[in-house]
Amino acid sequence: MSIELVFHIAGGDFSNAGKASSHIKKVLKQLNIDSKSIKRIVVAVYEAEVNVAAHAFSGQVTAQITEHHIEVVVSDQGPGIENIEQAMQPGYSTASKEVREMGFGAGMGLSNIQKNTDELSIESRVGEGTIVTFRCNYL
Amino acid sequence: MKVDEILKHADAQLITTVSDRCRNLDMAFSSDLMSDVLTLDEENILLITGLSNLQLVRTAEMADIQAVLIARGKRATPEMIELANENGIVIMETPYSIYKASGILFAKGLKAVY
Ligand SMILES: Nc1ncnc2c1ncn2[C@@H]1O[C@H](COP(=O)(O)OP(=O)(O)OP(=O)(O)O)[C@@H](O)[C@H]1O
Ligand SMILES: [Mg+2]
Repeated sequence: MSIELVFHIAGGDFSNAGKASSHIKKVLKQLNIDSKSIKRIVVAVYEAEVNVAAHAFSGQVTAQITEHHIEVVVSDQGPGIENIEQAMQPGYSTASKEVREMGFGAGMGLSNIQKNTDELSIESRVGEGTIVTFRCNYL
Repeated sequence: MKVDEILKHADAQLITTVSDRCRNLDMAFSSDLMSDVLTLDEENILLITGLSNLQLVRTAEMADIQAVLIARGKRATPEMIELANENGIVIMETPYSIYKASGILFAKGLKAVY
């Protein structure tokens, strides 16, 4: 079994950030994946989606769902991340005032993605964009 | 603590059609920081917050949060209520501040996550 799902995300569009994770959640539930794994996966996807909405101009989520794991690629066109190690530190954030007022911008998203995934890679080019790739094995 | 008891103690209104008044919440967490809420591992949590936007409901959906209590008389929007109903999330509104609602519910026995 292998299901591929693709979603677009617009930068700044917070009301639609979450559509990809929401859809992925429904598919995983239908596949009877255990609820702990589903939560880990959708939290990671949601954090990545919100990052595109908060920090980039536009982006795309691709999820590859198989029997034993899910692989997710969230790529965006945006400012990129200059220092990835620094960005991964809990508490580091460049989020705008607007983003903070919506309840984000605590600098916890990337470390939370790390916590909830089994493999994570972040590639970024300043001025071009960022690609966050991760994999979660079901419990 | 049951949804029903929360409504009574916090003088709150149930505003979703998901009206599972017997739903039991084991613990509560008060925060306006959605990224903080997304780090919780516990289940059956009541989230008490001063935030009222669509991201609040999305966050509850992803974090498996069963019930949300919006403090300080803030109102949930129709979009929020619709999304919560779709996902089986209970939304309540209380005129109390986060501090007051949290204090009362804690004193009545609803445990803290941390
Ligand atoms: N897709 C991205 N494009 C550009 N910069 C990014 C992207 N994702 C993260 N960053 C940078 O890394 C920082 C840390 O990201 P992280 O997700 O950990 O925290 P945050 O988004 O600022 O706040 P939170 O996730 O807690 O709401 C961001 O503030 C931003 O500077
Ligand atoms: Mg983030």
